[in-house]
Amino acid sequence: MNEQSSSHGVPAPLPHYVSTAPFDPYSVERTTAEQEKIYLASQWKLMALKFRRHRIAVLSAIVLGIMYASTLFVEFLAPYQQDTRNVQHIYAAPQPVHFFHKGEFIGPFVYALDYKLDMQNLKRIFTENPEKPLKIRFFCRGDKYNWWGVVPGDLHLICPPEGGPMFLLGSDRLGRDMLSRILYGMRISLTIGLIGVAVSIVLGVILGGLAGYYGGWVDDIVQRVIEVIRSIPHLPLWLALAAILPVTWSPLLVYFGITIILGLIDWTGLARAVRSRLLSLREEDFCVAAQLMGASPRRIIFRHLMPSFMSHLIASATLAIPNMILGETALSFLGLGIRPPITSWGVLLNEAQNINVVVLYPWLMLPMVPVIIVVLAFNFMGDGLRDAADPYR
Amino acid sequence: MFRYFVQRLLVMIPTLIVISIAIFVIIQAPPGDWIETYIAQLVAQGEAVDPAKIDFLRKTYGLDQPFYMQYLKWAGGLIQGDLGYSFGHSMPVNEVVGDRLSLTVVVSLASILFVWIVSFPIAVYSAVRQYSVGDYLFTFLGYVGLATPSFLLALILLYFAKEYFDLSIGGLMDPQYMGAEWSWAKFQSILSHLWIPVLVIGLPGTAGMIRRLRANLLDELNKQYVTTGRAKGLPPGRLLVKYPLRISLNPFIADIGSLLPELISGSVIVSVVMALPLTGPMLLEALRSQDMYLAGSFLMFMAFLTVVGVFISDIMLALLDPRIRLGAGASK
Repeated sequence: MNEQSSSHGVPAPLPHYVSTAPFDPYSVERTTAEQEKIYLASQWKLMALKFRRHRIAVLSAIVLGIMYASTLFVEFLAPYQQDTRNVQHIYAAPQPVHFFHKGEFIGPFVYALDYKLDMQNLKRIFTENPEKPLKIRFFCRGDKYNWWGVVPGDLHLICPPEGGPMFLLGSDRLGRDMLSRILYGMRISLTIGLIGVAVSIVLGVILGGLAGYYGGWVDDIVQRVIEVIRSIPHLPLWLALAAILPVTWSPLLVYFGITIILGLIDWTGLARAVRSRLLSLREEDFCVAAQLMGASPRRIIFRHLMPSFMSHLIASATLAIPNMILGETALSFLGLGIRPPITSWGVLLNEAQNINVVVLYPWLMLPMVPVIIVVLAFNFMGDGLRDAADPYR
Repeated sequence: MFRYFVQRLLVMIPTLIVISIAIFVIIQAPPGDWIETYIAQLVAQGEAVDPAKIDFLRKTYGLDQPFYMQYLKWAGGLIQGDLGYSFGHSMPVNEVVGDRLSLTVVVSLASILFVWIVSFPIAVYSAVRQYSVGDYLFTFLGYVGLATPSFLLALILLYFAKEYFDLSIGGLMDPQYMGAEWSWAKFQSILSHLWIPVLVIGLPGTAGMIRRLRANLLDELNKQYVTTGRAKGLPPGRLLVKYPLRISLNPFIADIGSLLPELISGSVIVSVVMALPLTGPMLLEALRSQDMYLAGSFLMFMAFLTVVGVFISDIMLALLDPRIRLGAGASK
């Protein structure tokens, strides 16, 4: 039928659909609330959005957040003081926590320890006494401490039960509680990473910034210095620098000395990152514009360029922290790092240097676990931050 | 190519000079000189101190001369292979170190080989089968490998060997070859002991290498020429080996520069834990007892090893990659 009518000259209008809705020329450009949130978000907000999608990185950030927060309250969290000795319980094995005594629920408790000396190899043997359940106390008065060396107190989250010691992670050669010492060590090991990274950020930004912004001979000199530092293996260099810290220094001074040494050698990576970012950024239009308007180099670097590479800087710094923590652990493990009575995880591991001791008392290796967890967490978080640092991709 | 070679060689010399000055400053930094330490030691042992001998020592080692003369004397000795005098051992450093230096070179080379051999197949597999179970497994192991410092790994290995197999796996050769002349039997003994320290020292580096090679290869695999090749019907194996793999192999050689210092750092601490006759334990002992000539010589040796390693890797890279050889890399 259609064919017929068309052959007669006057074509019938083709059937087509016309929407009766009012015409809105901007409908395509209009964004939904969802899109608006992304399009209008600031750079930092975008990064947060992108970071949140990286599940493991978020988890790592939470773990690290909890650990860093707990360094503030170590004295409260640890059942003992870091130097409390328990002469009767040297090298006691970790005590398991029980909940049921003879089929009856009485809450978390440990059994009292019976002590026996194995006359054959002079090994101390501690056995649980199943007749004597000792209930663990919570929010209780225990060892006296000075919170951060200033505020006196004696309140603890967990305390050893009355009438017996409690070594959830065993005790060391002086009968000191490993759990408490690991918690105290956490404060030193974690802060050393932060302070060391702060030192290397300052050095890296200043030297990398100069090299990247000025180029030319400044760049050449900085590049050569970086090359020289990188071609000496770090650990021997750290060892040598740590060895020349005067013996007369107090442990606290040594602690700061070590952090500065760690930062002094480790800034090269950050400086390189800053330099290469600056080299590409200074060619951008906004930078040329600022120069033409007569802004000083300092203003250009800190006001215009810094925000653009801040995110990358944070990501690289996060990835540099585990190196510092491992460096300190290695130095202290070898006996050239932090000196007792200041306790770090490396200092604790120093006791595990003798393999024969480790075979008899394997719980001395336990400080390894938090080291690995922290380094892993920093690596995951750094990866997440690095991916998030470029939110416009 | 020859031009590039000479250029790189000439750059190496000032680098080594600056490093040697830095090391000399470090070993000179403790107050007093070695003679004073030496005298203190003698007095502590209750021995008489002969002023004539002290004077003689001071003269021989130029300790009465200004700083730069001392440096020149030390550096000049280094060039001629004279590493100085160890006060802790009371004999020339050359005799103290024995074959530790050559063994360190052997262990470092073996570790690099280990890193290459292990990381290559794993990285290729992980990149080609991205997001497979194996890829996730290796990625996870790689993270753990990166996070576990080598000395902890050494401790764990020692512990398990002792606890479950009653083996002692320290050392680098059977006891009867210690200090013996080099022979085929000694070489074999070293080979059979070598794999555990090499494994421990190389593992963190391997983890890093796998990550880099995998990322590189993935970048290449997503490029258009690979798609084109696949569309034209190139067999997958050939397509992989012929182009993307060759391009992504660059870090294998370029990364020696960062790998070598890492390996040497690792070997220092692992050799302390496992009691290997390498430079590590002796360096530590020298630093502890402020035997600074010995420590300085070791530091200089390690830096020299790294600088030469980087030099060789640069030359190899230039041979492999015409872009670098022809100077395009200079605009980086």
